[in-house]
Amino acid sequence: MARFGMVIDTKKCVGCMDCVVACKTENNVPEGFNRDWITTDVKGTFPTVKMQIRTERCNHCDNPPCVDCCPCGASHVHDLGGVVLVHHDKCSGCKACIAACPYDARFIHPDGYADKCTFCIHRVEQGMDPACVSVCPTHCMYFGDLDDPNSSVSKLLNSRKYRALISEAGTKPQIYYLD
Amino acid sequence: MDEITITRHNELVDPVMHIYGWEIAVYLFIGGLVAGMMIISGYFLFKGRQKEDLCSCYTIPLMGIVLLSIGMFALFLDLDHKLYVWRMYTTFQITSPMSWGAWILILVYPALIAGMLIRVPWFMEEKFPVLKKVSEFINVTPGRVKAIGIINIALGIALGVYTGILLSSFGARPLWNSSILGLLFLTSGISTASAFIHMIAKNKDESEMLAKADNGFLVAELFLITLFIIGLLSSTQVHQDAAKIILSGAYAPVFWVFVVGLGIVIPLIIQYMAVNHRIKHTPIAPVMVIIGGLILRFVLVYAGQLSHWTKKAFLE
Ligand code: SF4
Ligand code: SF4
Repeated sequence: MARFGMVIDTKKCVGCMDCVVACKTENNVPEGFNRDWITTDVKGTFPTVKMQIRTERCNHCDNPPCVDCCPCGASHVHDLGGVVLVHHDKCSGCKACIAACPYDARFIHPDGYADKCTFCIHRVEQGMDPACVSVCPTHCMYFGDLDDPNSSVSKLLNSRKYRALISEAGTKPQIYYLD
Repeated sequence: MDEITITRHNELVDPVMHIYGWEIAVYLFIGGLVAGMMIISGYFLFKGRQKEDLCSCYTIPLMGIVLLSIGMFALFLDLDHKLYVWRMYTTFQITSPMSWGAWILILVYPALIAGMLIRVPWFMEEKFPVLKKVSEFINVTPGRVKAIGIINIALGIALGVYTGILLSSFGARPLWNSSILGLLFLTSGISTASAFIHMIAKNKDESEMLAKADNGFLVAELFLITLFIIGLLSSTQVHQDAAKIILSGAYAPVFWVFVVGLGIVIPLIIQYMAVNHRIKHTPIAPVMVIIGGLILRFVLVYAGQLSHWTKKAFLE
């Protein structure tokens, strides 16, 4: 069984937003909404300032509260790679999944259903990378099977220091950030 | 400086999540009120009080049906994909409190209707003669009425607790994420229902009994609010920050003044004096209790949406 995940090298991300534009184009994300975004963290006082720029999206959690809370069975875990998806025609727009996500990764599509990153499952099923990964000019993003010890993502996690965001919330996020 | 800037501006989510408005607060309030009404009327039936001609158990079920329908309409208004609401009823999701709630609501109606048919309301009697037969069937043995009472109590408890668990199951919103919330909303529901029925009861004994009982529920509510706050304060940093929203932050004034002060403490004092015959019963205290219960739901629905986890910027 595959377990898809992403590894993002924060030393390479410059916040150019190419991933954001690629996602909006690939997935027809409506105006005013984002499935992925850039976060900039600044800590300290000049001259001892640290800054981290990173690209963020749904973490396709292994223990996804957004799926557990869905009363309609619309939010679900896809058979392939544990990707968390929404059946639009089952969603009642109750917004429980939005409240359940510690990352605020979801939103209500103007058509009324809950929407979010799909890891571009339609591309992945054809053996391609998600749109954001494929356009990144600094190659800061890696997508692959975390269960396969020979995948690029597994190798990076074996060799570098990493962490996931808000792992203390207990949702087992599957996007890892290299420090 | 420790500053986080994000480029995302999704409606209802940024800068702080605000997906739930008055609809959900009203729905949770009415859900709690009807839950309390079912428990009270169920208790009366269990005790055989339906023998009293003016027993409130004859008026509560119909009012419950009307109120609950208003609450469910408010819930429906909140849905963003309204035409797909039926999807809740093509499945049962055991891990989803909302799914439990949707099905509990479906069970609550027949329980209320059964309660109503113990004595068919006069305006239905002529139009639907068949109801008379149902009523006769129910009244064959006192055991059947008692069973309806027990079912109403059980479903009332389930409904009341569910209105709290709906919020408390969201681990992502620290202010809601307290197991006390289910009990707090249930107690508040019974308290507001006692206040409501105390006001409208035609039977003097019942009215007096409910005023006394409500004093107990109000004390219990104060105790639960204290536990709720202690629980948050003794938990993690994000939970402590969440507690501050109602302790000293944006929602503190309305919480302390309208929920605790005017919604619990003052009516408790008034009602305490009234049941000890030092002053006369007036609708003032019960109305304060009911409004306090409504504001409690508003404060928690809104303040809870302000509470969140924070992304730690760097490896420490
Ligand atoms: S990041 Fe949020 S939306 Fe994505 S799987 Fe985790 S909890 Fe669900
Ligand atoms: S908004 Fe849709 S996907 Fe989200 S919990 Fe409700 S029904 Fe499920």
